[in-house]
Amino acid sequence: MRKAPGNLAVWRGAMLLAAAGWAGLCHAEGVLDPQGPIAAAERTLLLNATAIMLVVVIPVMVLTVAFAWWYRASNTRATYAPDWSHSGRIEFVVWSIPAMVVILLAAVAWGSAHLLDPARALSSDQKPVRIEVVSLDWKWLFIYPDLGIATLNQITVPEGTPIEFMLTSTNVMNAFWVPQLGSMIYTMPGMTTHLNLLATNAGDFAGFSSNFSGDGFSDMRFTVHSLPAAGFHSWLEVARGEAALDGEAYSRLAQSGTDVSLRTYGQVTPGLFDRIERDSIGLSAQTMGH
Amino acid sequence: MLGKLTWQAIPWHEPPAMAASAFIILGILGILILITRKGWWGYLWNEWLTSVDHKRIGVMYVLLALVLLVRGFSDAIMMRTQLAMAAGNAPGYLPPEHYDQIFTAHGTIMIFFMAMPFVIGLMNFVVPLQLGVRDVAFPVLNSVSFWLTAAGALLVNVSLVVGEFARTGWLAYPPLSELAFSPGVGVDYYLWALQISGLGTLLAGINMVTTILKLRAPGMTYMRMPVFVWTALCSSMMIVAAFPILTATFGMLLLDRYAGMHFFTTDGGGNFMMYVNLIWAWGHPEVYILALPGFGIFSEVIATFSGKQLFGYRSMVLATLAICVLSNMVWLHHFFTMGAGADVNAVFGIMSMIIAIPTGVKLFNWLFTMFRGRIRFEVPVLWTIGFMVTFVLGGLTGVLLAVPPADFQLHNSLFLVAHFHNVIIGAVLFGLMAGYYYWFPKAFGFTLHRGLGVVSFWCWFIGFYLAFFPLYAVGLLGATRRMQHYADLSWQPYMIVAEVGAVVIMCGIIATILQLVISIRTRESRRDLTGDPWEGRTLEWATASPPPAYNFARLPTVESLDAFWVMKQRHTGNTSNVYPAIEMPRNSANGFLTAFFAVVIGFSLVWHIWWLVVLGLAGAAVILVSFGWRERVPVEVSGEQLAADEAAWRGAGVPG
Repeated sequence: MRKAPGNLAVWRGAMLLAAAGWAGLCHAEGVLDPQGPIAAAERTLLLNATAIMLVVVIPVMVLTVAFAWWYRASNTRATYAPDWSHSGRIEFVVWSIPAMVVILLAAVAWGSAHLLDPARALSSDQKPVRIEVVSLDWKWLFIYPDLGIATLNQITVPEGTPIEFMLTSTNVMNAFWVPQLGSMIYTMPGMTTHLNLLATNAGDFAGFSSNFSGDGFSDMRFTVHSLPAAGFHSWLEVARGEAALDGEAYSRLAQSGTDVSLRTYGQVTPGLFDRIERDSIGLSAQTMGH
Repeated sequence: MLGKLTWQAIPWHEPPAMAASAFIILGILGILILITRKGWWGYLWNEWLTSVDHKRIGVMYVLLALVLLVRGFSDAIMMRTQLAMAAGNAPGYLPPEHYDQIFTAHGTIMIFFMAMPFVIGLMNFVVPLQLGVRDVAFPVLNSVSFWLTAAGALLVNVSLVVGEFARTGWLAYPPLSELAFSPGVGVDYYLWALQISGLGTLLAGINMVTTILKLRAPGMTYMRMPVFVWTALCSSMMIVAAFPILTATFGMLLLDRYAGMHFFTTDGGGNFMMYVNLIWAWGHPEVYILALPGFGIFSEVIATFSGKQLFGYRSMVLATLAICVLSNMVWLHHFFTMGAGADVNAVFGIMSMIIAIPTGVKLFNWLFTMFRGRIRFEVPVLWTIGFMVTFVLGGLTGVLLAVPPADFQLHNSLFLVAHFHNVIIGAVLFGLMAGYYYWFPKAFGFTLHRGLGVVSFWCWFIGFYLAFFPLYAVGLLGATRRMQHYADLSWQPYMIVAEVGAVVIMCGIIATILQLVISIRTRESRRDLTGDPWEGRTLEWATASPPPAYNFARLPTVESLDAFWVMKQRHTGNTSNVYPAIEMPRNSANGFLTAFFAVVIGFSLVWHIWWLVVLGLAGAAVILVSFGWRERVPVEVSGEQLAADEAAWRGAGVPG
């Protein structure tokens, strides 16, 4: 509580560090650099909710330090009221302030939870691209049921087009997360979760598994390539020429182990996703190879 | 003969594990040799290991917590070092199979074997004193509770030397924790250690609730109880409500693993989502089981050192009760990303936010306690102010995470990790450190070294910000929890700053240890002879430091809130020097022996050594039966003895 010359240097250092961190945040990919409407809405939500709370939080922090400083025992000018411990007015205010903030935020939460429900289809004049997502130990398989192709550890999508994800897992839980596109969701064996995203422009976006799934978890990364319509079609043409994902290729994939290779499969057995979802209830232990 | 236990269970080929094992074994051997050479066994056995004195048990709980704080912290700094190194193509120095055990052990130890024993230890020590009574309701059970907790802690640490620990994360979600995906003994160590210590915690909770409801000094009505007692009551009620859920959930997972059942498996009709649901139905109340007593400590500290009654006592009690009830209704916010519908997510999100109201009220009440106070900046006040500034930020990010779509972007990222460390370090640990310094002179009769206390605070405070604010940032960039390496090199600077923060925190821990050692060595010059070193307000300061085994020669009569403060103002209190004789419970080896057999049972269950399980159960049964047939002869303390004791400390401390 005493002023020392060293304090200034410490403060300056701390400010510099914080500034550097903030600058890094603003220029790097991630939640704060959205590339689609869902992530953009979520960033707005984050910033708004933070701003609403800071209105209360900052004064509380300032008052804490100010009261502690002014009412220090050595300050003879400060009032001392040892028996003062109740004030109806103050009590009313201190219950009201957080209550009002929470009422405001509750409205925000209710509205946004419905608007940004992962299962809610995005409105667009484009026909959505459907992608079935399968998390395996430890790799990601993406099946395009309408296009009859599949990819490993990478997703290619046309820009400005809604993407409808259906997600499952072969054995343990993972979570599918592309921070720049928004909303993560769990992938779980024996069931399907739903997620709707959209990439506004062309670009490459990093994706992760965000739920720990074992030793190879850290390598469960994938990339979302968003291409202009023409680019997507030519990619599709090339993709169709690749080898097929048949039963044998799939059982190789299903072997436990890290696989970070990027692959494309020109054909895929119809109904594979449904079978994986069904088979993971019961066959998981045997196919794991642990 | 030895079940699954073979020489392979010892991690011979893993130098770090062997080094840690050697360190632990040599440390324990060293302590045992020291005790033997000094001839302390009798003293230790009679005065501590078999003690049923709530104060001694409280001290042992806190000691256990401090030891495991060091263990949990070594895990933390190993993780931070790994992540500071493992960027791009660098693998770091810890392979995943080690790293996974370390983060699991870190979480498990810090919550179950650091924070819980610390909280329960302080409650144990303080609550009967603040209530103006002589002991808890069930003194022998209290000893059993402590020793069961210690048994669990021992099993977790045995796993370091023999076998392995779980590689699943601290809540061991199935299917990953099922036999199919975690066939080793790690999850079994985790489950049995927590079943044993969980039983101890439940018993401690029952004991504390009974004590507060049934044993209070004359005149100590509910609305005259100190706020710390209120928080201890609410925390203990939540223990009683929540821990059976934990035990049942782990019980089902154990049946899956040991008896081939299908509660949470992916096959056979199992549903692992139910595990996630149940574990958080315990897990969220657990957060407040830890935080509420912290809030209670801050309330005591801020009133004492402001020289003022706590502002808004009734609000404080109401807020505490509100948190106690609400915290049981919000658990689903831990899995918003599981795909429940928008209605469910929104309702639980809003419920979670509502907890911010009573919590906010508490903050304002502490603020207005300082208002027009006369604040002495002793070490506990530093922790309290540090807490208030830090905790509002943790609360902010917490409410942020309660908005479901915000959680969709932040869940399981390092932002989440930063948030819960912000609240658990900021509220629980800061509170416990404040309580440790505040009540230490009461427990031992001398104060702790102030300078090192200040150093410890600043190291923890600055270290916390350095270690966790970069994690908020890197979480927003997409870094997830539990990752062992990452590709994006732009994350590395944040990780390095976080590592520096961990080192600064380490300095704080070293300062705390030094503080203890130096204070003990210079205790003669720092004696507290008055029993009231801080100008206290509540009854624990109305007796000698350390208090006699029976706490109060005559139970105080309570006439108001802040009973001791009012007594001092009115110069009332102890005037007569005639004391009726009292009876105190006799020491009991039950707790220690129960824990011994619990360790035997737990260890042999982990390794499938069935004959030893039977033997351990038989031993435990014998203890239980013999306890039922014990002779109930209490120790009598005569009136003359009481009068002599009382005259001795009052004569020494208070002139006139």
